[in-house]
Amino acid sequence: MIPVHYYLILSAVMFITGVVGVLTRRNAIIIFMCIELMLNSVNLTFVAFSSYLGNEAGQMFVFFVMAVAAAEAAVGLAIVIALFRNKQTVNINEVNILKW
Amino acid sequence: MYQYVGLIVLFPLIGLFINGFFGRKIKNETLVGMIGSAAVGLSFLVAAGIFVEMLGMPEDGRSHVVTLFTWIAAGSFKVSAAYQIDQLSILMTLVVTGVGFLIHVYSIGYMHGDRGFWRFFTYLNLFIFAMLNLVLADNYLLMFLGWEGVGLCSYLLIGFWYDKKFPGTGITWTGDAANKAFWVNRIGDFAFMIGMFLIFREFGSLTFREVMGGAETLAVGNNTMFWITLLLFIGATGKSAQIPLFIWLPDAMAGPTPVSALIHAATMVTAGVYMVARNSALYALAPTTMMIVAIVGALTAIMAASIGIAQNDIKKVLAYSTVSQLGYMFLALGVGAFTAGIFHVMTHAFFKACLFLGSGSVIHAMHEEQDIRHMGGLKKVMPKTYWTFLISSFAIAGFPPLSGFFSKDEILWKAFSDGSLVLWIIGASAALMTAFYMFRMVTLTFEGEPRWAKDKHPHESPATMTIPLIVLAGLAILGGFVGIPAVLGGGNAIEHWLHPVFAQAHHTMALSEHSSHTTEYLMMGISVVIAVTGFWFGRRMFLADPEADKRIAAKTGFLYRLLSNKYYVDEIYNGSVVRPLVRTSESFLYRVFDVRIIDGAVNGLAKTTGWVSAMMRYVQTGVVQNYAALVVLGLVVVLGLLIFS
Repeated sequence: MIPVHYYLILSAVMFITGVVGVLTRRNAIIIFMCIELMLNSVNLTFVAFSSYLGNEAGQMFVFFVMAVAAAEAAVGLAIVIALFRNKQTVNINEVNILKW
Repeated sequence: MYQYVGLIVLFPLIGLFINGFFGRKIKNETLVGMIGSAAVGLSFLVAAGIFVEMLGMPEDGRSHVVTLFTWIAAGSFKVSAAYQIDQLSILMTLVVTGVGFLIHVYSIGYMHGDRGFWRFFTYLNLFIFAMLNLVLADNYLLMFLGWEGVGLCSYLLIGFWYDKKFPGTGITWTGDAANKAFWVNRIGDFAFMIGMFLIFREFGSLTFREVMGGAETLAVGNNTMFWITLLLFIGATGKSAQIPLFIWLPDAMAGPTPVSALIHAATMVTAGVYMVARNSALYALAPTTMMIVAIVGALTAIMAASIGIAQNDIKKVLAYSTVSQLGYMFLALGVGAFTAGIFHVMTHAFFKACLFLGSGSVIHAMHEEQDIRHMGGLKKVMPKTYWTFLISSFAIAGFPPLSGFFSKDEILWKAFSDGSLVLWIIGASAALMTAFYMFRMVTLTFEGEPRWAKDKHPHESPATMTIPLIVLAGLAILGGFVGIPAVLGGGNAIEHWLHPVFAQAHHTMALSEHSSHTTEYLMMGISVVIAVTGFWFGRRMFLADPEADKRIAAKTGFLYRLLSNKYYVDEIYNGSVVRPLVRTSESFLYRVFDVRIIDGAVNGLAKTTGWVSAMMRYVQTGVVQNYAALVVLGLVVVLGLLIFS
């Protein structure tokens, strides 16, 4: 039996990787993928705790998260495509007109 | 009838609303004038009805309070719109509405063709409404409402011809004269208010009855009473044009003449006298204030009368005469002769209204000429005006048996018997001057050879103007008979009538009859001699030589200049109060305090906010990742705090 903190450490590493990716990468698609990574690290935590505590509610949540993530992916990709059509780029540094 | 007292006040209010809202649309001048006059006339009829009913009642049962509604109720503080009808207030109401009605009728003729005709009648009705509130109120606050209301009307009516020039010290337009009246009155009103606050602190109530009831237990010479009465008296000096606040009244002549007659002679300026009389019980407790009132009254009487001698504007002479007569009234109040003061208010209302309206008739006939040096010989052209003017002049000079004789003589007698010889001498000298300047004016205006320009064609005024004159002249003759003193075999009806109102004050002051009848006859004789002397000099001097002023001026030099320049009081006030105030306001209050400190604080706050915002907005880079980084940073900080604390 693998101890629960192994899962948690893996999950934390995944989450931080996602956060750093969101904050540092310039390509919208990659930022998007990093967000998915953060969501999935949370899913992993849910499942780990669910198994550890013998409570299925955590696994139920995972399904919800996956469903929402799928919907979010659809909307997000649509936005990226719309963005590309308008600016011929997906580099978010060039999408900065909402400022002083 | 008592329950209908509200109607007395309501009618002018209705007239005010009709003329105020629809007057401009009603093209017919006569209709507007009739609505305005009828409103006051109906009030007079109701008041007369109440008066007749009162006559049939026992002496003690004549005072009633009719509460219309609660005006203000806050905790223990309660003020009602309530009217107190007693011997004093009904007398004032009759004078206000009666004389007011005649002046309204007169105004129909006088204001004919004026583009502000409807506005004039609206203001007049508003004035009557406020004045009735003043005299009928059963508490200080409602009285103050009327007090301020008449001040407002005075302002509106002095500046009625707002685009007309009016020369004076520091004054160019009629509007300046209106402002002057308003501001000077403001000083008095301020003192009145402080007095009112003190009354509430002392008695816990503002109704006259409760305050007078509370005053019964107080000792004479009470310090608080001194301040209360003094402050109220300062209020009265503003409204009733006494030293030191009399300066506004002569300039109030900028208004149309009926206004001068109604507001600045017959009614409003006597409000101070009425107020002091209404508070007689409080004044009786403060002998020091009484002395101040008497001295101020006497000094005002002689000062204004002496100025009146050297004025050439017909209305200015009458204005100073009014100030002087008001001084007499205060002299009477100051020596405790409240009845005599109120009696003089009444007779003065008759003859002075008549004189002012007569002067209006003359000004009308002379096409806005007011300088009596350019008149003369009007006797033949306008006999009705002449005769009524002459009768009223005899009345004001104190010729028996006209009304002025009885009231003025009563005042002089009381000043002597209850005051002092000095007060009497001052009063008697002022009486001599009164007779002199009145007959100087009558002679210069009506007698002798015409001195007016060839292009003027004076004519007698229309009936709407002469009938009020005749009625008022009649009252000036007969008005005194209600107060024939006991030594002349009269009943002094007015003294008996007002006795219950002043009983408390008389009781406190414990006045007694201590002089013999012989002295009273002697004093009366002297009064008559004084009046005749003034008359004789005034008439002879100016009949023989209409330019006698020049000779007198050459002979007396500085003295004459002093009088014709009104003792330079306006100049002194201008130099000592007005200009320093204006300069301080301009250089410090405006340029430093207002611009730098107040505006500076407001603008400074705005600038600081603007600067901080300008710095802060660089946080908004438009790069989403920066925002996200901040969110993460915040998250880390919050989590860190949660975990490690």
